[in-house]
Amino acid sequence: MRQRRRDTGAVVSFIGQVRDINDGSNVSALTLEHYPGMTEKALENIVAQAKQRWDIFDALVIHRVGSLQPTDQIVLVVVSGAHRGEAFSACEFIMDYLKTEAPFWKKENTSAGERWVDAKSSDDAARERWTIKSSSSGE
Amino acid sequence: MIKILYFARLKESLGKTSEDFELPYANFTVATLMTLLSSRGEAWSREFGKSGNLRAAINYDVALESSVIRDGDEVAFFPPVTGG
Repeated sequence: MRQRRRDTGAVVSFIGQVRDINDGSNVSALTLEHYPGMTEKALENIVAQAKQRWDIFDALVIHRVGSLQPTDQIVLVVVSGAHRGEAFSACEFIMDYLKTEAPFWKKENTSAGERWVDAKSSDDAARERWTIKSSSSGE
Repeated sequence: MIKILYFARLKESLGKTSEDFELPYANFTVATLMTLLSSRGEAWSREFGKSGNLRAAINYDVALESSVIRDGDEVAFFPPVTGG
């Protein structure tokens, strides 16, 4: 992605990884479940939206599934463009949408047993920031 | 005939990952299907009843409670997503 276009000035990346603590409990392992078919479609859709809204050249999303351990990488988002402003915004948008729309579910192994991770309202709030508010001016 | 898929916590609480389901009539909505499923037992009524917080998809697209299900569709129910 860095070299595909010679007018690429910015390459922004985000890596999400497994933490060994969540919601008050120590996490020893994580299992990522997903919905084959919808997962790919949802990620493609999110990338397409990002390309439509920001002037970027390319975006790549890789998300792992199955068993993971603390410090393992879960997700990679890379965005390339001419300038950093658009690339940073698109990368953040992609993550905020992935967190609320892509069909993955995490199950944690903790000292208190296995538990499914709950979705966070802060993720919904983060996604809401990107909603385009249309003004209803009568002029 | 439609296929219904269950994901994440749902598989455990309902005891199944998928099933074939015969639509009793046309213009069957997600809401109607959820009402029907909620009558199957305690776990079903907990998940698909008024206080549940499930999401639905039809043929890989996000669906609303008012979305119509057609013969041959693949319908999925799942908790709010937690990827990333």
